[in-house]
Amino acid sequence: MDVLYFAWVRERIGLPKERVETSAATVRELVDELRAREARYEAAFADLSALRVAVDQDLADFDAPLAGVRELAFFPPMTGG
Amino acid sequence: MRIVVQEAPFDFAAEAQGFSRGLSGMGAVVTFSGLVRDDDGRLAAMEIEHYPGMTEKAIRAIAEEAQARWSLGDLLVIHRHGLLAPGETIMMVATAARHRAEAFEAAEFLMDYLKSRAPFWKKELTADGAEWVAAKDEDEAALDRW
Repeated sequence: MDVLYFAWVRERIGLPKERVETSAATVRELVDELRAREARYEAAFADLSALRVAVDQDLADFDAPLAGVRELAFFPPMTGG
Repeated sequence: MRIVVQEAPFDFAAEAQGFSRGLSGMGAVVTFSGLVRDDDGRLAAMEIEHYPGMTEKAIRAIAEEAQARWSLGDLLVIHRHGLLAPGETIMMVATAARHRAEAFEAAEFLMDYLKSRAPFWKKELTADGAEWVAAKDEDEAALDRW
């Protein structure tokens, strides 16, 4: 699936988008996989309470299942308006 | 209903006038515009990042919710992204209803939700560097009243 990063999450990971192949069942499992992979992911995902996740462009929670998901995005709380 | 997400500046007065024209049976139009605020004279620019695709989808969902809650004649949301100078207009909403209470309430609802549920992120650029604007607890709490 495509994984997108925005704002300081993008800056900490160092790229806006990447293709990730995973057998993780939930968003949380994928986050754990990424954190174990490299320090920059650990830096971005250290505090999940500071992050939001969107699954196929809808806000979701970290226990959301990944089966059939095409696009996942991680970002800080939004500051629109 | 019209939703616009764009980088380019827009003419608030012309948009407000265009919105007010051609309404039928409406007695009230409320408009709000948000500007780049420079709190202490140090802001060089504001950079607004967004999530193309989700941004439009999220704003549409918020606007449809407003239409379901209030009887609106029309509704407009324009939100910019990219690099903006202090004082520039970031965004606007306009609502039309038969009476003012509905138009005001719907505009406030739109603003509360756009602030915390539309995927935009603001970064302040100053001479000392750049800093992401943190979301405020009170902005999240503002959603509870709806």
